Parts: sequence; structure tokens; C-alpha cells
Amino acid sequence: MKITVCIGSSCHLKGSRLIVEQLQGLIKENALEDKIELVGTFCLGQCQTGVSIKIDDTLFSLAPEDTKSFFEKEALTRL
Amino acid sequence: MKRFDTKVQYLKFRVLSEVTRLAYEDRLLEGITDIPKTIIPGKVPTMRCCVYKERAILTERTKLAMGGDKKNPNIIEVIDIACDECPVGGFEVTESCRGCIAHRCEEACPKGAIVFTHEQKAHIDKDKCIECGRCAKVCPYTAIHRNKRPCENACKVKAISMSEDKTAEIISGKCVQCGACVYQCPFGAIMDKSFILESIDILKKSCGNTEYKVYAIVAPSISSQFTYAKLGQVVTGIKKLGFYSVVEAALGADMVADAESRELYEKGLLTSSCCPAFVKYIEQEFSDLTEHISHNLSPMAALGKYIKSRDEKAKVVFIGPCTAKKAEMRRDEVRPYIDSVLTFEELQALFDGRDIDITQCEEDVLDNASYFGRIFARSGGLSDAVRQGLKENGIEDFEYKPVACDGLEDCRMALLRLRAKKLNGNFIEGMACTGGCISGAGCLTHGEKDKDQVDKYGQEALEKTIKDAISILM
Repeated sequence: MKITVCIGSSCHLKGSRLIVEQLQGLIKENALEDKIELVGTFCLGQCQTGVSIKIDDTLFSLAPEDTKSFFEKEALTRL
Repeated sequence: MKRFDTKVQYLKFRVLSEVTRLAYEDRLLEGITDIPKTIIPGKVPTMRCCVYKERAILTERTKLAMGGDKKNPNIIEVIDIACDECPVGGFEVTESCRGCIAHRCEEACPKGAIVFTHEQKAHIDKDKCIECGRCAKVCPYTAIHRNKRPCENACKVKAISMSEDKTAEIISGKCVQCGACVYQCPFGAIMDKSFILESIDILKKSCGNTEYKVYAIVAPSISSQFTYAKLGQVVTGIKKLGFYSVVEAALGADMVADAESRELYEKGLLTSSCCPAFVKYIEQEFSDLTEHISHNLSPMAALGKYIKSRDEKAKVVFIGPCTAKKAEMRRDEVRPYIDSVLTFEELQALFDGRDIDITQCEEDVLDNASYFGRIFARSGGLSDAVRQGLKENGIEDFEYKPVACDGLEDCRMALLRLRAKKLNGNFIEGMACTGGCISGAGCLTHGEKDKDQVDKYGQEALEKTIKDAISILM
């Protein structure tokens, strides 16, 4: 699975770093380094919403405080 | 508010924006010969002897705007017919000499080069004169004048000489492409080649970023530019030109500061590799010192590499204050990561050629880097960032002694000391332009407040440390 986090200016200001750090932690905690590839990208074309995230080709919008529940609900269930 | 420092820049800008307009409209071939007349429509000359010469020079500018002489590898070119063949000859006594009794000039001259005519007027013996200028400084009538061409004066690497027909000539093996002469020639007879056509071509062929995405990497010195509008409006303007995303080169600077601090600790002595003119200067004039050049890519190339590692099809255009970046782009180690380079002057021309008034644009955001990445734009910023990098990497058993040099003369002094093993320092930050990148030849305006603007822009960054800024890069 590939999780792409937008690190463009708009998402950066909305907290993409906090999301990245949490995701890195969650992947490690769950020992999923082999199964989940975490990558950054500059702009996913959805600057008006929250931080843009893609799981493979599905687009999501996220606030930093929701990262854990998002990871459990959207990422873990897809594995 | 003024957009340029000089009328020479304005003329160059007019040509660049006309070429842009035609290129976007696919009418370059039919419209190119009309450009000079579009810019100078009347019959009364305002700059030269006649409108025909003015237009002939604009034709030459148009060629440079379209990439210049392909056979000439140098980025900086002389427009022969625009060169006014300024007088040369060094110090000379003018008519203002009163033939006084004090003879301060004679006293000041260390070489006995001042002699007096039978009218008691001073005269300089050229065989003895070493051009130190002391006589000119002490003359109460300021009667001693120096004839030195502004281009030669601007060129601190002595790459400009006089050809047989008295026009300026660039020695390409010596030129470091810093562009100082471009900005200093009062007749605009020296110009940097432009890659606006390549950039427009990249944008057009992306078909609205569907074939591939075009990224703009913007240098932090932009904070002192386009002062008639807000930075966020400039970002919107860049996107309106067709760029998919605008990213701060300062993020690349954060990457460099982190890597460079570790490299410095490992090697113990480094010269910076951010400024392509400084790197070229070492390679050409201090080849025995090249081993000390940092192996890091420049912030521009480091970020371009990252972008392309995430998006293989991406095209990357760097927008900055620098003419030397146009040469850096062609280096083997940089070529894969940067597809084109534009200056701020050229960006302004792109805006006008596309009829984009940035003051009417909405404000977008630009925030990718830390304070430290952003202050690379001014002299001393890189040294500060490396100090921070050492700290953040937990390197404590290293006495960091940076020597921040701005201007090639300053760089030369430090390199000479390094060669003689007399450098009181272990890190040379070399910036070819006085004051750092904020004084780059491709800037729209050059001002004293520019440094403060860079610092202010640095402080506005969301991320306060280098590690925080680069932790996002996965």
C-alpha cells in the first residue's frame, strides 16, 4: 500500500508535517514498514480542503488530530 | 511603484515580454521581426543616434531572449553594436586641475608617477602608475578621474577585455556567469541568454499539467522582489502561467544545511557549493582547492532531485535572481533534475506577456521551508544555517569557524588564505554577488532593505528548525 501525503504549501500550513510524523509512528508501532510505503508529494490539487492524502489512488482530506482514527479506519482495513 | 532599477532592464523586459506573447500565441515566426518596431514605434531616437540603430540593437536582444548564440557556451553575451566603446586608460588628470602649489597628488603617489607640466598642471606617467587611486582621493578639486569601463569594473574575475574594434569581449574560460556586467553596463550591451522559450514550451506541452506536471522552484530572494504586490499574489501569478505547483528552493536549502553540516564535521574543511558562480570560480582559478568544495548539490538541484524522485515525469523550472544558475543547469550532476531556469526579470516578462496583473490576483500561500532555509538568500545565511545544522545533528565536538564571503573579491581573499593555509576558519560560504543572492543580476530591483525583507520572510516560516522542515521529506 502506498500512502501519499501532500506536503505542498497549503497542506503544509494545515499540518501535513504533524500527519507525516504520526503516520511514521503508527507504521512503526504496527510493524508495517514492509507493507506501507509513505511518500510525500507537492500538491494533490485539493488545496481548499484539509491536508490531502492518498491511499493508493483514493483521495482523502484530513486534519492532523484525526490521523490515528484515519489510519485505523482507512489504512489498516485496506491491508 | 517602480518595477525595475534602470531603463536598460525595462528595455530587456519589453523584448522578453514580446517574445513571450508571440510564443504563447504560436506567432513567433511571423511576429519576430516586428518586435523592434513594436517597442520603438516612432521616428525620433530616445537612446541612440537614430531609431534604426535602436531597433537593430533590439533585434540582437530578441535573439538573446530566444536563447542567443547556440555555438557560444557562455550564458553572458556581449551585444557588439550596443557597446558604446567606453573610454579606457585608467587615471587621468582632467581640465579641472588648477596647477596648485600643494601638490597633494604628488605626495600621495607611492610610485612617483605624478609629473608637472610647464603650466604647473599635474600629469600622470602611465608607465609608473599602478592605478591605486590615491592621487584622485586627495585632489581638492577632484580633478583626477578614472576611465574604467563599468563592465570591466563590475567583473571581479577579469573576464572582460577589449577586442580589436574596442568593443567589450568576454573571455569565456574566465567568466563565471555571475551577471555583474549585465546589471552594470549602462548601455545594456551585455545580456544573459534567456530560456523563456524552453520554459514556455515545457508549460505548453504539459497540456495543463495532464501530460506531466510542471513544478516551479522559487528562490528565497523572491521575498525582496515584486514589492509592488504580495508574495502570495506572485505565487498565484506563477500558477496562472501554467505551473502545477510552486515550491520554495529554501526547502532544498534546508536539505543542504543538514547535509553540509554533517559533511563539514566529517571532512573538517569545506567551501560551499550553493552558488554556482563561486563553484565555477574555484574550478577555474583555484583548481588546487576543488577537493574542498562540498559534494552537496545546490538547494535548487537538491530539491529538483527530490521532486523527480517522487514524480518521475515531472518537469522542474527554477525561478531566481541568478544568471549563473542557467549555467549550473547544464552541469552533468544537475542536468537530470532541472529542466529550465528563469530569472525574476524573465518571470515579470512572462506575467506581462500573458497579461497577468499580479496585483489583481488572489493570494496563494508559499510555505515549505524553515527560517534557516529561507535566509540562504542573504550573505551569512548559509553560515548560520550550517551552525544550526551542526546543533540539530548533535555535533558538539567541533569548533565551527565560518567565513562568510560576499562578492568575488571577498571570495578571492578567503581562497588565497586557504591556499596559503592562513585561513582563520573551516567553512567558506562563498556568494559571488555582494550581499548574497538578493543582489543577483536577474533581480528586478536591488535595494538596501532587501536583507531585512529576507530575514522577515524567514521569521514568517511555519517551521522553525531545519529538521522539522525536512522531516516531511519521505
